[in-house]
Amino acid sequence: MKRTTLDLWVGFFVAIGLAALVFLALKVGNLTESSHGPSYTLQASFGNIGGLKVRAPVKSAGVVVGRVASIRFDPQNYVAVVTMDMDARYQFPVDTFATINTSGLLGEQYIGLEVGGDTEMLKPGAMIKKTQDAVVLEKLISQFMYNKASDAPSK
Amino acid sequence: MLDAILGSFARLGFRVTSRIQRLGNASRFLLATLLGSGTAWRRFSLIVRELYYSGVLSLIIILVSGLFVGMVLGLQGYDTLQRYGSSSALGVLVALSLVRELGPVVAALLFASRAGSAITAEIGLMRATEQLSAMEMMAVDPVARVVAPRFWAGVISMPLLAALFSAIGIFGGYLIGVVLIGVDEGSFWSQMQAAVDFRLDIVNGFIKSFVFGVIVSWIAVFEGFHAAPSAEGVSAATTRTVVTSALAILAADFILTAFMFTGA
Amino acid sequence: MPSEALVKISDLNFAYDSRPILTGINLEIPRGKLVAIMGTSGCGKTTLLRLIGGQLMASSGKVEVDGQNVGALGRSDLFKLRRRMGMLFQFGALFTDLSVYDNVAFPLRENTDLSEDLIHDLVLMKLHAVGLRGAHGLMPNELSGGMSRRVALARAIALDPMLMMYDEPFAGLDPISLAITGELIRKLNDALGASSIMVTHDVPESLKIVDYVYFMAAGKIVASGTPDDIRNSSDPFVRQFVWGEPDGPVPFHYPAPTYADEMLGARHA
Repeated sequence: MKRTTLDLWVGFFVAIGLAALVFLALKVGNLTESSHGPSYTLQASFGNIGGLKVRAPVKSAGVVVGRVASIRFDPQNYVAVVTMDMDARYQFPVDTFATINTSGLLGEQYIGLEVGGDTEMLKPGAMIKKTQDAVVLEKLISQFMYNKASDAPSK
Repeated sequence: MLDAILGSFARLGFRVTSRIQRLGNASRFLLATLLGSGTAWRRFSLIVRELYYSGVLSLIIILVSGLFVGMVLGLQGYDTLQRYGSSSALGVLVALSLVRELGPVVAALLFASRAGSAITAEIGLMRATEQLSAMEMMAVDPVARVVAPRFWAGVISMPLLAALFSAIGIFGGYLIGVVLIGVDEGSFWSQMQAAVDFRLDIVNGFIKSFVFGVIVSWIAVFEGFHAAPSAEGVSAATTRTVVTSALAILAADFILTAFMFTGA
Repeated sequence: MPSEALVKISDLNFAYDSRPILTGINLEIPRGKLVAIMGTSGCGKTTLLRLIGGQLMASSGKVEVDGQNVGALGRSDLFKLRRRMGMLFQFGALFTDLSVYDNVAFPLRENTDLSEDLIHDLVLMKLHAVGLRGAHGLMPNELSGGMSRRVALARAIALDPMLMMYDEPFAGLDPISLAITGELIRKLNDALGASSIMVTHDVPESLKIVDYVYFMAAGKIVASGTPDDIRNSSDPFVRQFVWGEPDGPVPFHYPAPTYADEMLGARHA
């Protein structure tokens, strides 16, 4: 095996190996999306966060605009305080509504932001005032049963 | 009677301590290899040569196996997912299975069988024909000249081969799922991109394959260098390389997976 | 001040896993002389060579080469000493992935900064000395046993060592190769001005060329002398060895119960 042929084959091997790594990183994973660009934090408190997890997406109009950074329990008010890393490109008004939604019927939970019409924007570290808790399936069922039960006697 | 029981305890104890002793010996050898690596990196052509024999010559088996594994994932995955109406998630299943587990682990097992055993046989044969002694007597450190280049070639090759395995496996899954069966091409790729996270899945998979590369290369050079200088010695060492590598890879995979994929 | 003897071994003991291999060895290799160490297989001759080369460490006693205590040398000093030694292994131990030329060039490329042109000349010179200059392009697996040993010899003398060591240089050679090897060993020793140690059990070839002989049995030196002393020796071990008698101080029978007991004893049990 001549030296030059050997070098050629090794170069080819390393090249396609690196190409495979790049393919996996870009095409298969979401490298381009997980931007570590500039960000600011916002907070929101919920009575029940349901199955929300850290690193869950924060979406507005269905587009990912941030990620859940941390979730902690507030022992004074007995609520959950969620801290979110928001993409610095997007600002939200102070009357934004933060809800916990489920993607699909049994999918993962994410925070959805619906904007109001206020001209003043939320500052970094600000608390979103209007929130809606996660829909807990059991409560929904018991509510349904209760409604059903209260319907019956009036008939 | 009592002697027999005590005897078997003594033998068990000896086997355990001799294994631990061997592990200690192997650790010292790894240190010696790392310390002697300066020569190997300065004379890069030595590593390039070993990259050819360990990496390039393993390409065929890695690519063919990867393709078949990906295709099987496509078939089996589709069969299970379509029962829950989730066949559009096939891309996710194939990609995550390969990138997180099958790519690093299966590629490492194949590498140990093909390249690891070849390295052990080569070094073992040099030991048996006194080539290593001859080198020592010519004032050349055989660990730096023979062992270190092969070790580093294995460490470099492993992540590349694992990535190639995963990449061609995903292509195999695509071939079966989209081209053959008819799963929607758009959802195949888009759901995959949404579900596979660069940091969590791809980087962790890369770390796994790097760790496996160190393990397999370490075992291969150690067994070869310490083979008994005879034909049976070399063949026993080669077998040990494949078996020990397989066990070590699977054990390490469990430990790494437990660290990487719990919690979030 | 360099002493008369190039190699001096004093009260050397070596044991492997508590099994004694060498006991109380005292010997000297004078400068410029070719010395044979003879004995039956397994008497520790090869171990002695490895101790001189620093591949093994003595349990007690001293091995001195050119005034330096081999056992006490640090790694780089040991490597420096090894550059002045050449060793011919039993079956050559050529590097199978390198050509004849590259094999002989190996010690030159690894231990010197000489240019490739200079190395080219040196390699061909060494190969010419062993009669194989025309074979420089061959690979080791294309060589016969005698030829690969000659190439290994060329490689061993590449750095013009002051001490040459031969491990069973005559083992398994045909009569022509035997004669060639014997002549080469003697000529090289004189041409290099080196000292040579030859471990062997080929009596006729060795006695033709050596200056002095040491006899070993069971890890001890049992006799020594010039070739003439050896041929005329009355020591029973030397006589058995030199004249090739099947039985004598080295017994024919491996230790066992008496023949009568072994054959008849079974029936009595």
